[in-house]
Amino acid sequence: MKIIEVKNLNKIYHEGEINVHAVRGIDLVIEQGEFTAIVGPSGSGKTTLLNMIGGLDNPTEGEIVIDEINIGNLKSSQLTDFRMKNIGFVFQAYNLIPVLTAKENVEFIMHLQGKSKKERADRAIQLLEEVGLGERVNSRPSKLSGGQQQRVAVARALASKPKFILADEPTANLDSESTANLLDIMEKLNREENITFIFSTHDARVVNKARRVITIDDGKIMSDITK
Amino acid sequence: MILTVAWRNIWRNKRRTLITAASIFFALFFALMMRSLQIGTFDKIANDIVSSYTGHIQIHQEGYWDNQSINNVFDRDEKLEQEILKVKNIKAIVPRLESFALASTGENTKGCRVSGIIPDVENKTTKLKNTVVEGNYLTNNDQGAIIGDGLAKYLNISIGDTIVLIGQGYHAYSAAGKYAVRGIVHTSSPELNNNIVYLTLSNTQELYSTENRLTAISIILNDNGDITKIKKKILKLLDENIYEVMAWDELLFELKQLIDSKQDSSTIMLGLLYMIVGFGVFGTIVMMTSERWREFGLLVSIGMKKIKLMLIVFIETLLIGFLGIVFGFAISLPIIFHFNKNHINLTGDAAKAYTDLGFDPVMVFSNNPDFMISQIYIVIFIVLISVLYPILKLTRLKPAEALKK
Ligand SMILES: Nc1ncnc2c1ncn2[C@@H]1O[C@H](COP(=O)(O)OP(=O)(O)OP(=O)(O)O)[C@@H](O)[C@H]1O
Ligand SMILES: [Mg+2]
Repeated sequence: MKIIEVKNLNKIYHEGEINVHAVRGIDLVIEQGEFTAIVGPSGSGKTTLLNMIGGLDNPTEGEIVIDEINIGNLKSSQLTDFRMKNIGFVFQAYNLIPVLTAKENVEFIMHLQGKSKKERADRAIQLLEEVGLGERVNSRPSKLSGGQQQRVAVARALASKPKFILADEPTANLDSESTANLLDIMEKLNREENITFIFSTHDARVVNKARRVITIDDGKIMSDITK
Repeated sequence: MILTVAWRNIWRNKRRTLITAASIFFALFFALMMRSLQIGTFDKIANDIVSSYTGHIQIHQEGYWDNQSINNVFDRDEKLEQEILKVKNIKAIVPRLESFALASTGENTKGCRVSGIIPDVENKTTKLKNTVVEGNYLTNNDQGAIIGDGLAKYLNISIGDTIVLIGQGYHAYSAAGKYAVRGIVHTSSPELNNNIVYLTLSNTQELYSTENRLTAISIILNDNGDITKIKKKILKLLDENIYEVMAWDELLFELKQLIDSKQDSSTIMLGLLYMIVGFGVFGTIVMMTSERWREFGLLVSIGMKKIKLMLIVFIETLLIGFLGIVFGFAISLPIIFHFNKNHINLTGDAAKAYTDLGFDPVMVFSNNPDFMISQIYIVIFIVLISVLYPILKLTRLKPAEALKK
């Protein structure tokens, strides 16, 4: 089942006199259940592409259709709502609200969705156990390692039951052990619960785990390989 | 959850929150002390004069107040007095005949103010008897006088001595009389102490040949309630072409002006103080906003509506303001209430400065809630203005850009 369709996507940043063409005419379809890596050198447009797919940035040209909704037609506040209901986000770092514990961070998004207190608490604990943090539910982010923080971020992204999860270089700040650990968790969630992951990375070991690898350079898709 | 986040956020940077709250606290503390003292002291001055002398409202012959001549008198009308007494909230009315004279002992002479009173009526309302520090109060048919202690000192006379009053009577009759000094008074008004001579009303009428006429009916109310309303009611009972009715703030116009000008200058000072504090609060919020900009971007990215985020920032700022307010009041109120009960008696130069102006050298703290509430409004106003910055900035937050920081 097709969940994301990107058509002729372009993004031009205007920086003073210079125009930076960060994404140039990308067409892309993502199916339910994919485990897809977007790779490419620094400055190739990975973040720009993911931000547009996630409704965090507006394309200069082109369309993004998620579950038959063209998100370019949504007003800013509708788009915020859309993100909350449909997309899970994991960023490179500082994903969490510093004043909330791991459990509260996971609960927070469910609070935004208006879920009951009981449901929130139960699901938060369950998800944190799934990412191997059952022991650390009451720790604040500052007391967690970088890898643990990213796992909380994954749990948070899952909590809202999104259609897919976007992860922009989720392992960039992690050592190799934490990287492997995070990837294992993501892969397991993908395999066992059919959760769609789209992540960008520089890291060859991460790329190896992906089932589909989209390589972009200079804002264009250079190759798209499904193993 | 929103409240939890806001509450924990303000303790993220404890030092900054405390410094900001403390600056609000100090401004508030200073403002409360200053205002309380000012209002308290001025109220006391006004109240003293009103209760011991002018009354809340006075009725005169039209034109008397501008030209306080013994010719501007009106016939005493006891039926009218009874009518006025029926007006709600009026406690008493005090008829008086007042004018000027020279008081002489043969050796010394001094200008003085002669006040003709009905001794028991006067005492019931202004407690004049309590101010007698030597000798006795006047009896109703007394042929003697009581005089201010300052005047007594100047004329160098004591109880039992005689003073001669010489002046101009009604329609240019000459006025002269001889009175034994029965008592010496010390009122809370130094000016009065230096020039007052009290006689009975009938003796004064005789002295000035006014027959049964008065210069003023002084009206005392039960409380400081709605003077304007009562004044209007009294006006309805009178012929406005014959009488003038004035409230105490018109009677004590110069005092009122002095009070207002003192208050104006302190208002400017407090304004500056609050402005400094306002900039401090604003600075804190600007810093907080820029430090947390990425976090704001994250929250909006994962689906938090901007309006909710604004609410959090708003609550946080308000909490800091309340912190300042709570501590400000917690420290100020006990002091205010203590000194409201226990007046501070001034001594030395400060006392002299007060006495020179004609005021009792006493500092009183007011516990009137009105001025306190207006200080709360000011703090909340500062907070509201400051919080506009992040709120306006948040309307333009672009998640992708904010996340880059
Ligand atoms: N806000 C912006 N304004 C101007 N130019 C931008 C902006 N954001 C990105 N760019 C430019 O767009 C291009 C693509 O940037 P992008 O961040 O998408 O690359 P990336 O592939 O994510 O790189 P990295 O691997 O370093 O994260 C770069 O040339 C970058 O300088
Ligand atoms: Mg990037």
